[in-house]
Order: sequence, then structure tokens, then C-alpha cells
Amino acid sequence: MRETKYWTWHIVAGAVILFLLGLHMLVMHLYQLLGTWGLNPVGGAAVAWLNVLARSRMTAMVVIYILLLGAALYHGLYGLRTILFELGPGKALQMAVNVVFWIGGIGLFVLGTVAAIAAKML
Amino acid sequence: MNQQTQLWREITVYLRRYNPERDAKPHWQHYLLPVDYGMTVLDGLHRIRETLDPTIVFRFSCRMSVCGSCAMLINGKPALACNTQISAVATETLALAPLPNFEIIKDLVPDLSSMFRKHTSIQPYIRRADMEEVEKPTGEFLQSPEELTRYLQFAYCIKCGACMAGCPTLATDPEYLGPMPLTQAYRYCTDSRDAGFHDRKKVVGAGHGAYRCHYAGECSNVCPKGVDPARAIQLMKRDLVLDYLKLKRRHTPAVVAGPPTDAKRNPKAPEPPPYTV
Repeated sequence: MRETKYWTWHIVAGAVILFLLGLHMLVMHLYQLLGTWGLNPVGGAAVAWLNVLARSRMTAMVVIYILLLGAALYHGLYGLRTILFELGPGKALQMAVNVVFWIGGIGLFVLGTVAAIAAKML
Repeated sequence: MNQQTQLWREITVYLRRYNPERDAKPHWQHYLLPVDYGMTVLDGLHRIRETLDPTIVFRFSCRMSVCGSCAMLINGKPALACNTQISAVATETLALAPLPNFEIIKDLVPDLSSMFRKHTSIQPYIRRADMEEVEKPTGEFLQSPEELTRYLQFAYCIKCGACMAGCPTLATDPEYLGPMPLTQAYRYCTDSRDAGFHDRKKVVGAGHGAYRCHYAGECSNVCPKGVDPARAIQLMKRDLVLDYLKLKRRHTPAVVAGPPTDAKRNPKAPEPPPYTV
């Protein structure tokens, strides 16, 4: 059942990425066509420092950043794990891959979350 | 002269030979084969054995795509030798090899025991609480045509092993269940008479189960019976996920319908012949 659990969350993470990455594309690349929806308050390019700073201070954006980070990390690491397992490693190596990916994934998630929260405080 | 017996042309057949008692590894041997119109690969192999080399070894039985014995690699693609016409796959040369992803017993004969061991592990039969009724039936399990349609396509599998030979995942992970056992797991789990999903999911949802499939789709491409194992595996994954999320629709296994009590015999129907045994 563990594999079913991993797979299910892989699919859920994929759906979350699809939605949030779509949102990212709209905000970052299609703002001139679709408007800024208040996400580029100083006007100009979406990647202008003041716009980035303003978005980083919005609680909703911080939540979105953290969600996207978690979904992308899980989805990517699960995919990489699948590729590695297809190479036919032994049980011990599979276990090692699981442990490294869990620790590495959680570590990166914590790092990214701290960065997102710290950016909100700027 | 009938066109079916006319000589079409002569082709070169490359045959992968391997005798484990004599050869360190498989090697190719070629034969010049006169091919008639309509000749199948299996006919060609018979002609080679009868007229050119009596030592070649291949497996066959029904000659009509029913038994699945003669599956082999024909010009690089897994197929049944008995329903592949030579003229459809070759004009000058024809390469024949045993199915990949299996051990070779001899020449074109693969050892399918690994496939059948995996097949056994998914319990490919009706599983119910009242197994006594299955063993010693007192009636029949009611099943509607719609319920039959849900699994019928997957029940056409003849276990030839072509899908297993075409599967790229199985080529790198020999413990992967493979398309045929996974398809049969889905076939039985979808059968309205069955209640074995929770037993089978332990095997099908495990590390070497359905999630190893990354949908290359080659199993469906090469299936000689149009079973579409790739679809069955994706449907199996869907059922496993829905079950994990507690969204899978529960079904009560089909009930037993006893023999009809108020039926009358049609007086025009002839009497059956007497038993001979």
C-alpha cells in the first residue's frame, strides 16, 4: 500500500503543479495581455525587483510559493526515484535512495519555506 | 494452378539458434527459404525443418492464434508465427528470434515459467467468500451483459507472452509483474462475480506492481488479440488510487441463481443424444 500512497500523492502533486505553474505563467509572462490583478503594483516588468518584493510580502503568495515548492519537490523526487529504481538496484540501495530523498526533500522544503517567510519580512 | 500454392519468392531467413548444452551464447544461422503465397512464418519454419534443417526447435500447437505457443520475435517485433504472413513482414530477409525478457530453452523456445509464476501470484481466478459455491456450484452467478463488457476485452488474452517481450520496463526490472499478469489482475478485479480485489492489491500495488509501468504502450502495440494491456494497467492504477482515497465503488459479488423451477421444456426441441461415456 505504500507504493499506492506514494503514487496517489505524485498525481495530486502533479495536479497542484499544473494549477500553480499555470498561475505562475500568467503572472510572470502574460501580464501584459491579461492584466496584473494587483500582483505587479509598481507597474512595468513582472520581474522588476519592487514587484517581486511586493509579491513576496503578500501572505497568499507566500502560501502559493510554499505549496508549489512542496509539490514540485515531491513530484520531481518521486519521478527521479522511479527512474533510479528502473535501473534495478538491490533492496538496500532502494532503501538508501528512499532515505536520502526523504531527508534531502524535507531539507530543501524547510530551506525554501524559511526563505519564503523571510522574504515576507523584508 | 491455385495462387495459394504458387511460389512467391525465395527469401533469406535468419534464425537465432541456441543450444544451452553446446553453445556459450546464441548465434544466427541463415536459410534460403522458398516462400509460397499466403505462407505464414510458422509454415516457413515447418518447411525449413522438413526440407533444410531438422534440428531447429520452435514451439507451436493450434496454428490459429488461439493457444499462443508460437509467439516469437519476427523482424524485431513480438508476434505469433501462425498469424503472421511472411509476405506481410519480409521481402528479402526475415529474422526470427525467441521472445526477449525470457530465458531461452532452445532456439526459438522461451521459458515462460517466470511469466506464469507472476500470473499465479495475482490469483487469476474468481475469489469469493463462498468458495464452496465456486468449487461445487449449485447454480450460476448472475452477470449482466454490461458487467461482462467491463472485462471481456481483457479476457481475450491467450498468455502468449508477446506483451511481456515488448515491455521496456520488464527488460530492466525482471521482478516487475509485467503487462499480462497486471491485465489479468484487472480482468478478475472487474468481474462482477469476484471479490478478490483486496487480496490482489497487495501484489499489484507493491513495489514491482502496476506503478512501475510508465505507459510506453508497446504491450498494446504487439498484442495479437487486441487485449490492450496498457489500458488495463492504467485502469488498475486508477482503481488502486480510488481505493486508497476510499472513493472506489464497492460491489457486492454476483448472487447465485439456482436452476429455473417454473421452466417448461419446448416440446419441439429434440431429445439430447444418449451418453456415450
